[in-house]
Amino acid sequence: MNRTFLEFEKPIVELERKIDDLKLLQQEGIADLGDEIAGLEKKLKKLQDDIYGSLTRWQRVQLARHPARPYFLDYVRYITENFLEIHGDGCFRDDPAIICGLARIKGKSVVLIGQEKGRTTKEKIKRNFGMAHPEGYRKALKVARLAARFGKPLVCLVDTTGAYPGIGAEERGQAQAIAVNIKEFAHLPTPIIVVITGEGGSGGALGIGVGDVIAIMQYAYYSVISPEGCASILWRDASKAPEAAEALKVTAQDLIELGVVDKVIPEPSGGAHRNPNEAASILRDFILGEIDRLSGIPVEELVKKRIEKFQGMGVVKRDI
Amino acid sequence: MFFRRKKPKLEAKKEIPDGLWIKCNSCGEILYRKELAKKLWICEKCGYHFKIDSRRYVSILTDEFNELFSEFSPVNSLGFRDYEEKLEKDYKKTGLKDAIICGEAEIGNHNVVLSCMDFFFRGGSMGSVVGEKVKLSILHAMNRKIPLIVVCASGGARMQEGILSLMQMAKTSATLNLLADARIPYISILTNPTTAGVMASYASLGDIVIAEPGALIGFAGPRVIRDTVREELPPGFQTSEFLLEHGMLDAVVPRDRLKETLIGILDFFKS
Repeated sequence: MNRTFLEFEKPIVELERKIDDLKLLQQEGIADLGDEIAGLEKKLKKLQDDIYGSLTRWQRVQLARHPARPYFLDYVRYITENFLEIHGDGCFRDDPAIICGLARIKGKSVVLIGQEKGRTTKEKIKRNFGMAHPEGYRKALKVARLAARFGKPLVCLVDTTGAYPGIGAEERGQAQAIAVNIKEFAHLPTPIIVVITGEGGSGGALGIGVGDVIAIMQYAYYSVISPEGCASILWRDASKAPEAAEALKVTAQDLIELGVVDKVIPEPSGGAHRNPNEAASILRDFILGEIDRLSGIPVEELVKKRIEKFQGMGVVKRDI
Repeated sequence: MFFRRKKPKLEAKKEIPDGLWIKCNSCGEILYRKELAKKLWICEKCGYHFKIDSRRYVSILTDEFNELFSEFSPVNSLGFRDYEEKLEKDYKKTGLKDAIICGEAEIGNHNVVLSCMDFFFRGGSMGSVVGEKVKLSILHAMNRKIPLIVVCASGGARMQEGILSLMQMAKTSATLNLLADARIPYISILTNPTTAGVMASYASLGDIVIAEPGALIGFAGPRVIRDTVREELPPGFQTSEFLLEHGMLDAVVPRDRLKETLIGILDFFKS
């Protein structure tokens, strides 16, 4: 059981502890608590349904950022066999915020790309909290082209607050790197599966976020700007982020309604962090299913449909 | 110790105020309006390029211009608070329905598609209408087999249209593949400012990318960067000249030489 939890998770965690305590007593044969445990478990189920059934958008953003949420490397460990990391953009340096590699999933060859936030403090600093520099996007393009050249499916797992806003990032063309990726990913002749697993932070997400199918995990979010950023620009007050999250419509269900994502991948009860292995297993099955489906479509048609899909996004009024 | 309290920002200052005399935003020189207009809104003393609206760019760059895609207007699809009021206010101010005008134009002896963004409508921000009109401009250039020129001026994606604004980056950039496949030249002109979502999509993707001098060009805004890195930004950071030095631009061309430069490029591609 992980020890970090969000404010609204507290009642659930407390009740779970109580049940665990009773179970311990039961095991030791101190008292027969079977009925009581069953009652509490029923109560727990209802509490979970109540809390998770009525999450605000802001609470969902917090779940997407949950410190115990599985990250890219957790998924890689669980999902893949023989992962070989491919480093470097071949030009400037290896950006540890984006990890790329060759992998096998149930024997199928895939090329993987994803942002990694880092679990420990040391890792977080090394990985720059999953905020990539231009060389990270250029590395991603390098392996994406490799995938296309050999007809291997490409899987992009998106989890970033955003592309890094720093001096070096600007000097080396952060905007150009992202722009080029968006354009190139749109016509790479191989199936591309994009899953937003945690945070879909604006251009930083889109830089590895163009593909044939765009999926989002149940408690992940995707936004043009962070709720804090939006609140501080519009209302000069970052603490109004919960309102901004509502206004920006950033949740999985919102994105389906807006036609921006194709599929929502369900998470284990209470979120991916409550059962990372189950989350990973659901994700793996989704990826395998999509590889099968997309591999059946001729690649020219795939690319044509991919471009048309993005061409159709947006809402405008047309006067007659 | 004294603390200067930050003044709340009221109405944004007009880039070009009314009146006969105009003070240069950069060097403070007092300039005669008529003379400044004749100089294409470049300060004769320091070379500062005043921000100008889309119609002025059209008149500076073209010999003839027939507007296209004027039938599109924005929708508050997220139900974002105060968005309609803001659109209405900028419509009254600029006469534009959104932050871009597009058309078929004649430049020298060349027929082109010209799309000009307008900073004075919502800071040139890109929502669905801007994205759609850029996409249609690309497709029109492709169908007519004539070059595409986009004059960029934008603070980035439009927050009030949320994720749909972000998707305009994908819409425009993906469509540019078709133009590239058809081998039709695309010239991108970056003016002050061109940042964030627009710079991270079609603005960066020209076959030729030109900037006006002194323009603010980048991904993140300077304030966000300063707050993130907590150190002073280098002098001239994120200006056209800075980008040129770092190898991120093809050329920096002053406004009064833009037209002849464009004609030169168009001649090159035609012959």
